[in-house]
Amino acid sequence: MAAKEKEPLFSPKNIKLITNPINVDNPITKQVLGICSALAVTVKVEPAFVMSISVMAVLAFGNLIISLMRNTIPSRIRIIVQLVVIAALVILVDQVLKAFAYDVSKQLSVFVGLIITNCIIMGRFEAFSMANKPWPSFLDGIGNAIGYGWILVAVAFFRELFGSGAVMGFKLIPQSFYDMGYVNNGLVILPPMALFAVATIIWIQRSRNKDLIED
Amino acid sequence: MQDLVNIFVKSIFVDNMVFAYFLGMCSYLAVSKTVKTSVGLGAAVIFVLIITVPVDYLMNEYLLKPGALVWMGKEYASIDLSFLSFIMFIAIIASMVQLVEMVVEKFSPTLYASLGIFLPLIAVNCAILGGSLFMQQRDYQSVAEATAFGLGSGIGWFMAIVAIAAIREKIRYSNVPAPLRGLGITFVITGIMGIAFMTFMGIKL
Repeated sequence: MAAKEKEPLFSPKNIKLITNPINVDNPITKQVLGICSALAVTVKVEPAFVMSISVMAVLAFGNLIISLMRNTIPSRIRIIVQLVVIAALVILVDQVLKAFAYDVSKQLSVFVGLIITNCIIMGRFEAFSMANKPWPSFLDGIGNAIGYGWILVAVAFFRELFGSGAVMGFKLIPQSFYDMGYVNNGLVILPPMALFAVATIIWIQRSRNKDLIED
Repeated sequence: MQDLVNIFVKSIFVDNMVFAYFLGMCSYLAVSKTVKTSVGLGAAVIFVLIITVPVDYLMNEYLLKPGALVWMGKEYASIDLSFLSFIMFIAIIASMVQLVEMVVEKFSPTLYASLGIFLPLIAVNCAILGGSLFMQQRDYQSVAEATAFGLGSGIGWFMAIVAIAAIREKIRYSNVPAPLRGLGITFVITGIMGIAFMTFMGIKL
């Protein structure tokens, strides 16, 4: 493989790999991947943010590794090979979190481990990196992780704002509101609210972009 | 015995995999278009959970837990292999799913045909790995308790997917706003079902 038609590192095609998943091809609202963790870790912004970063690390490097090995993996056992690659990366992420962000890692509890079965990762391996070169695969991983991450952080932002009146520990709702009788909405902290929040995002997104409407 | 019943009932209703922890959401959303297929997938999940949770329990107890290797001799008592649990659990799940697939294919071709492609997909269903990880985190005392938990969570998941499939079959006749159709309305329904399931909170037998 001589470098005959060398593409620039950030050609328009590669940029698209990052920007598409953020909106029109979003992993959560369009591809329906990785919902489990998206709903469960969004009570507060901080764990949601850490979760997004962890997924980004696993997805980008997993995509890279799988893409490098794509020609040597026999297709019959590819799921097990993919799982081993993911599991190894997730163990690394888990150990790093335990060492440097112990409190957040306690809050995320089993959901760090569940990155292994996060469908985004498996889905992108199958759909993209098994058939593409390493660098585009890496970008695809970053792009999808950002698309996943912004939804997580957006949902977590509103849940934390209305549920505990603060974001990342800063009080955003002024004390005078509470004095007038404003009360934090306890319902928003409960798990089902995450579903309504994601449904609202889907509603807004599909109203603005009619192509995405299912029939 | 009472403990077992308690764990069983709790894992079906109070700690329902779908409504309380959102595990296995991907296949829950993707496969719940008709009742028939969702019954098949639900049955497969129960099946795999009853096998993998006890096996992973034994694995955790005699291999991975801090001090678990003490049965090999005193000098191994200080070894802590728990950082390996993800890779061990997922390896067991993947191989168990493969095994279950082969056994079902050999002994019950009709069941195999009806489960179809769902069996291999179960390896990446978060409810299965979640079952093992919750089992490890909650520190169950015996294999029987782990099995009761596995069976209970499987039945809870089965119930959830069959219920949502039945609702989705009917909702096709309603006038849902166009952008909410499909995925959006399914989220909303699941949320409402989740609120309903919260009434079970605090049940103890």
